[in-house]
Amino acid sequence: MSDLLKIAGKTYQSRLLVGTGKYQDFAQTRAAIDASGAEIVTVAIRRTNIGQTAGEPSLLDFLPPEEFTYLPNTAGCYSADDAVRTLRLARELLDGHKLVKLEVLGDPNTLYPNMIETIAAAKVLVKDGFDVMVYCSDDPIIAKQLEDIGCCAVMPLASLIGSGMGILNPWNLQIIIANANIPVLVDAGVGTASDAAIAMELGCQGVLMNTAIAAARDPVLMASAMKKAVEAGREAYLAGRMPKKLYSASPSSPTTGLIK
Amino acid sequence: MQLTINGKPRNFDVITLSVENLVASLNLEGKRLAIECNGEIVPRSQFSVTQLVEGDQLEIVGAVGGG
Repeated sequence: MSDLLKIAGKTYQSRLLVGTGKYQDFAQTRAAIDASGAEIVTVAIRRTNIGQTAGEPSLLDFLPPEEFTYLPNTAGCYSADDAVRTLRLARELLDGHKLVKLEVLGDPNTLYPNMIETIAAAKVLVKDGFDVMVYCSDDPIIAKQLEDIGCCAVMPLASLIGSGMGILNPWNLQIIIANANIPVLVDAGVGTASDAAIAMELGCQGVLMNTAIAAARDPVLMASAMKKAVEAGREAYLAGRMPKKLYSASPSSPTTGLIK
Repeated sequence: MQLTINGKPRNFDVITLSVENLVASLNLEGKRLAIECNGEIVPRSQFSVTQLVEGDQLEIVGAVGGG
């Protein structure tokens, strides 16, 4: 069965998108990403370390851009202007690459998104030709506005970035998914495999995570668990779950032919 | 000539310098990076023909691990 994730006209086998931060080293980053099966990986844009030695390895040596679809983010940006500036640099850095993850934060303690600045940035970026996957609050009205602006995917939080608290408001996610004509991916807050499976069972097109894998005791094993969880959740969604029935038992075995 | 690179002042014993020469003098040749001069992106194709002058503010960025 062909069930591909389609974002901005390109298709992907994997519905798990992963970050590349917080790993022990680049070798562990690579091993975890291989285990996750992810094809889209997020990266941050930061000032180059000027003093570094010429032969020092970089993230790109371990994750060649020819092998993965890079998703440069605007982590750490608190204004629309900073986010737009960062992604224009990212586009130059990655040879005209258009697919980006927009996130404009509102508060350093919670990393909760500032949706007013996010919307302002999204308008500029879409007009500028970017394919914008946008990190957002789980507000269905905001999500719809981001779609109307022309974003190629909305990515509501399950819970706060790096919190591992899981899916706190499945009902809002369901409304967002039901209203959307573009992919909805859960981004942020997933803590363990069951959280990822639940997101997919709700009908999300994919899940983006970083800390849940990188901060696990064994990141590579957790990456493998997440791969399976996303696949299992997707299949369960497509299969259509049985209705829940309270106090109306229905045995799976025949009720006839019992020995007397 | 003094330039501000990634927020820090740096002195160069020349009056002018191309972006290409700057990249070489910082041992960043061959690295995948993007450069902004006074808030404007300098496309890679323009490195050799873009001359820097006293007081220019540069941002040199690369991709790092992140979510």
